[in-house]
Amino acid sequence: MTDRPGTTSRRAFMRAGLAASVALPAAVSAARGQGAPDPLITEVQDWARYSGEGVDATPYGLPIRFESDVIRRNVSWLTADTISSINFTPIHQLDGTITPAGCAFERHHSGAIELAKPDYRLMINGLVDRELVFTYEDLERFPRTQGVYFCECAANSGMEWAGAQLNGSQFTHGMIHNMEYVGVSLKTLLAEAGVRPEGKWIFVEGADASSNGRSIPIEKAMDDVMVAFKANGEALRMEHGYPARLVVPGWEGNLWVKWLRRIEVTAGPVESREETSKYTDTLANGISRKWTWVMDAKSVVTAPSPQVGITHGPGPLVITGLAWSGRGAITRVDVSVDGGRNWTTARLAQPGVPKAMTRFYLDHVWDGEEMLLQSRAVDETGYVQPTKNALREIRGENSVYHNNGIQTWWIKKDGSAENVEVS
Amino acid sequence: MSKSRKAAALLIALAAGPVSAQAPAPAEDAPAAVRPLGLGRPALPEEVAAWNMDVSPDGTGLPEGSGDVMTGEEIYLEHCAACHGDFAEGLDNWPSLAGGEGTLDREDPEKTIGSYWPHLSTVWDYVHHSMPFGNARILTPDEVYAITAYLLYSNDLVEEDFVLSKDNFTQVRLPNAQGFIEDDRPQTEYPVFSVEPCMENCKDSVEITMHASVLDVTPGGEDAGAAEDAPAQAGID
Repeated sequence: MTDRPGTTSRRAFMRAGLAASVALPAAVSAARGQGAPDPLITEVQDWARYSGEGVDATPYGLPIRFESDVIRRNVSWLTADTISSINFTPIHQLDGTITPAGCAFERHHSGAIELAKPDYRLMINGLVDRELVFTYEDLERFPRTQGVYFCECAANSGMEWAGAQLNGSQFTHGMIHNMEYVGVSLKTLLAEAGVRPEGKWIFVEGADASSNGRSIPIEKAMDDVMVAFKANGEALRMEHGYPARLVVPGWEGNLWVKWLRRIEVTAGPVESREETSKYTDTLANGISRKWTWVMDAKSVVTAPSPQVGITHGPGPLVITGLAWSGRGAITRVDVSVDGGRNWTTARLAQPGVPKAMTRFYLDHVWDGEEMLLQSRAVDETGYVQPTKNALREIRGENSVYHNNGIQTWWIKKDGSAENVEVS
Repeated sequence: MSKSRKAAALLIALAAGPVSAQAPAPAEDAPAAVRPLGLGRPALPEEVAAWNMDVSPDGTGLPEGSGDVMTGEEIYLEHCAACHGDFAEGLDNWPSLAGGEGTLDREDPEKTIGSYWPHLSTVWDYVHHSMPFGNARILTPDEVYAITAYLLYSNDLVEEDFVLSKDNFTQVRLPNAQGFIEDDRPQTEYPVFSVEPCMENCKDSVEITMHASVLDVTPGGEDAGAAEDAPAQAGID
């Protein structure tokens, strides 16, 4: 590989690219001049002379090596080890709304397991007319549904409850991904088993050692929950529950049981570890909310942000971010550059999709002065994303989960950015 | 429906077996199908018994068996103490299982079985199903009863001669059993946060009140190593 024509000269290419990027900050005025001819234009480049790679070089491709920093990252102090842990989607470097599976955050309670389709079994038992076992092949024979949904860990932004802590939208807001799922409606599977009238809940669990059992009311189970086996057009990745996971639109990610192996129809909630000792929200008076399944409307400016400062100096600037709501579609996103004194309604790249991510843009002309960047989502119910202080007034500071407060990035004159809170 | 689509539907119906052959669902209505298609097979009682392990607060799902505190301590020291500490106090970032009484309304509450968990069934269920971490489901029901008894003892909730069994299980009440309410956001938050927001001159002034750089715990930063003292938990363990 290293001896191929073109490779040695990639260094020259990198140098040229570097020079170009260094030259950019000077080119801030509208009428930019070029002192000397650009060799990238005037000289024939290797990639314009020699052949590139053939079609057999990469049967399944990864991003080009120049994008090797667009990766999931772990916050090592969060957890005792990486087996029962979480990592973060690099939302600061992505655009559009669909999260590529390869960098979509992972959360495991006993590690990501390798479960082959021939070894896969899904059981429905409990308060049903027929207790059934399905193979993976069986799942593919049921009528299919499709939908784009965000999956957000309830602990997303949880480290920020007591104050600004992590520098980067990847770390403050990256426990989320948004994919297009294909699978079977859970109600279709439940109809196959025949839910008895006394069945008011389901208990779902995975095939991994943690099993991560969770209880879900039958109304939600019969509404939009699905058993998915494809995401973004391909089979689920191992780390996202291959070969089948639960998709629970709009509700906290912990309910989206991966490697789904069993659905039990029950009369009441099981009150498992993940719905009592965890994923409950302690208020200032020590009383805790339980069954806080819904993810409320939230947004964040993904760029510029601490990991992706402004490198081009004053002038045209794309301010962009993501917004989502577990209670419906995003209808509006407002952006403030002055810490919430004044707001401008941003442009939605596409109309909001219920329980899926929406991309917003504010086409701004930066004057080179400091900014306190914020975004504020509004969903179809009329709910307006609150400030962190408004949440604290109601919940206190001991909550961990469901922090959907407005995020502030302090953009400095040099274009760098920091996670701050403002009055 | 064209001829070819009819033929396709027929083929699908035949492939699906006798049940769906009786009631073929038109492709257009497929996602709304509520009639059984005859897919899957009956779960055998042995199979249901093997996977249907969950235990509910009323004791549903508990198998026969019993275990005492002292036996539980031995098993705990062998299988659990490496992460959770000899006295269930928790080591490093691994969860503490005892202590924390009276901390729920203070800053950084310590949430343990004794201070926070509402139901003993959750302890039994989780230990039986998911522990020991990295070697799950090796414990017999008697061993799980014993460990559960030891965890009650560690939380000063029973005496050292206590024996936990299926028969007395539901008589044990955990201190924070009444400490939970159902999600009340629809009443306490949604009305407050569903008001048309201010767009101009919403505040007199804006001051920065907190900087993330003060803590400097972001991975990949120059001083990321300074994050040894985990500043705030996020409920991830």
